[in-house]
Amino acid sequence: MVAAAFADFMQQVVSGLASGGVYAALALALVIIHRSTGVINFSQGEMATLCTYIAWTLTVNHGWSYWPAFVATVGFSFLFGVVTHRVVIRPVERGNVLRVVIVTIGLLIAINGFVVWQWSGEPQALASPFGTDTLDIGGVIVSVGDIGTIAVTIGIVILLWLLFQFTKVGLALRAAAVNPNEARLVGVRVTWMLALGWGLAAVLGAVAGMLTAPSVGLDPQMMQPILIYAFAAAILGGIDSPLGAVVGGLTLGVMLNLIGVYVDFVGAELKLPVALLVILVVLLVKPSGLFGRPEVKRV
Amino acid sequence: MNPNLTRVTGFVGFALLVVLVFLLPEWISTFRAQQFAYVGIYLIALLGLNILTGYTGQISLGHGAFMAIGGYTTALLMAGNEQFGQEGLLGIGGGMKDVWTIPIAGLVAGLFGLAFGLPALRLSGLYLALATFAIAVALPSVVKRFEEFSGGGSGVNLFGLPELTAGIIPVDIAGRELVFNDWLYYLCWSIALVLFGIAWLILRGRTGRAFRAVRDSETAAVSSGVSLAHYKTLAFGISAAYAGVAGSLFAIATTFVNPDTFPIALSIFLLVGVVVGGLGGLSGLVVGAIFIQFLPLWAQGEGVASRLPGFIVDRTKEPGAPAIIYGIVLILLMFFLPNGVGGLFRRAGQTLTRWRYSRSG
Repeated sequence: MVAAAFADFMQQVVSGLASGGVYAALALALVIIHRSTGVINFSQGEMATLCTYIAWTLTVNHGWSYWPAFVATVGFSFLFGVVTHRVVIRPVERGNVLRVVIVTIGLLIAINGFVVWQWSGEPQALASPFGTDTLDIGGVIVSVGDIGTIAVTIGIVILLWLLFQFTKVGLALRAAAVNPNEARLVGVRVTWMLALGWGLAAVLGAVAGMLTAPSVGLDPQMMQPILIYAFAAAILGGIDSPLGAVVGGLTLGVMLNLIGVYVDFVGAELKLPVALLVILVVLLVKPSGLFGRPEVKRV
Repeated sequence: MNPNLTRVTGFVGFALLVVLVFLLPEWISTFRAQQFAYVGIYLIALLGLNILTGYTGQISLGHGAFMAIGGYTTALLMAGNEQFGQEGLLGIGGGMKDVWTIPIAGLVAGLFGLAFGLPALRLSGLYLALATFAIAVALPSVVKRFEEFSGGGSGVNLFGLPELTAGIIPVDIAGRELVFNDWLYYLCWSIALVLFGIAWLILRGRTGRAFRAVRDSETAAVSSGVSLAHYKTLAFGISAAYAGVAGSLFAIATTFVNPDTFPIALSIFLLVGVVVGGLGGLSGLVVGAIFIQFLPLWAQGEGVASRLPGFIVDRTKEPGAPAIIYGIVLILLMFFLPNGVGGLFRRAGQTLTRWRYSRSG
């Protein structure tokens, strides 16, 4: 009895980690952009949806198998992010933050319209690359898809960490984010670094989209709730902390899954408000989040 | 620019607006009158949001939530929630005439605004934007959850209630018979113009100066003796009260409220309207309100889509195309009119003054 309850609990934890991995990837995208450009990209979710549709077109209409389509989509999303920054964001980057916010909202509306226009609003099915098998690990039944999602997320995060920590480009990226003026003085091409940041963020979004589409179904609104969970995750971990985004995403995924299953009052309906309650509580109690540094203003 | 001249042009402009507003229904159909009534409603909400965002510098992405509070206050006071089985303390009998619910809706939303203003003191900039966004996103599911109080997902219907003025039989005002849409138009715009005047009065004096000081530099404001807590909370309260009145009129205009009457898109469009109208100015907001109401309609309309080349808008794939146009127009506006339409007005005013003085001097 107890063992069965425990197995059930562990199953919920694993599937929570899988959805948490998706939140973490998108939260990390938000954090990368916020660190380098100081804005929140409201169109992050729609950019991811667009890329996922491209992967879907490649697999269904052109007969590619999942992984080549995955790689091609990652490449496309990188270019897409870079071009978006160069063409749309850069002209408004200086001046009022609100302008950039409105531009990203404009992007959100336009990309969503494009997706509906091109692929119609009907939900599509993207096949899971991991199949639908389940594994029995000591009485705990977990789906291979969940494990695959967690593995891909962890892999991407490690790759990014290696890029930021151990390459020259990574160093330049960090320098451009921390102090753009001084970085420019020592020869870092700051605007290109910012564009590169947008590209990497778009890649993370595309990966999140492709991982989540098999389980929730691909439709133009797919990423909107996930973007809100990603906001919550980024705030929970600290909007300036990449580590925080990952930990925040995983924590949120597990927490929401457990609350949704075990707290009757919440159920499936109030999952979203609970995530938003997390945002509010964190912002009020510790605005810098779990891993962020408190903001210090110069007078 | 000469301050006296600014004031005179301001007064003249406002007087022209008043005259135009009251003459407009003579030239348009009652269907158009209803659309312009919505412009008046959006104007009220934009005035409130600009007091908060444009003058006090606090970004809100959740003003639709305050509109929802106003709308639900009006709906429940008119229709009552005992029909859903709510009894006791929160049971509302209904039966109040629609116009009397409007000030109450403003008051209730204003109190919620004050209450939210207190925790919001700790937040600023994008954090505040996200917190308010969270509230607006969460509200529909919360409303659905407390079904007995709010009518849940199916909402509250006001159509055909005797409390709805001009709902069934035309209303007689000063010897003129007004059908519902015309009555709605005059109701919304009378309130909008009064609230415009009140906003101007609030912002021109001591309070407005304090708001602007908070916006420009919190540190400098505090060291000049401006209480941040007092003025930020006050701005939230006033702003929410405006939104509450707008929400109340919105409920009357649609004769129906449910959680999807006030979607997150509404909150976003309000912020868009303020930025398009021009932050920190009142006159441009009229254009902002027109923008919110008519751009989506215009983008959907026959005219635009058919004139664009086929590779941009495929007429056979109708859905989605208006949204593409809307988004692109929004982005282009931010490129070319960074200070909104209000900024354009100000520049025109400056040119006018320069022309006038260079001629006389």
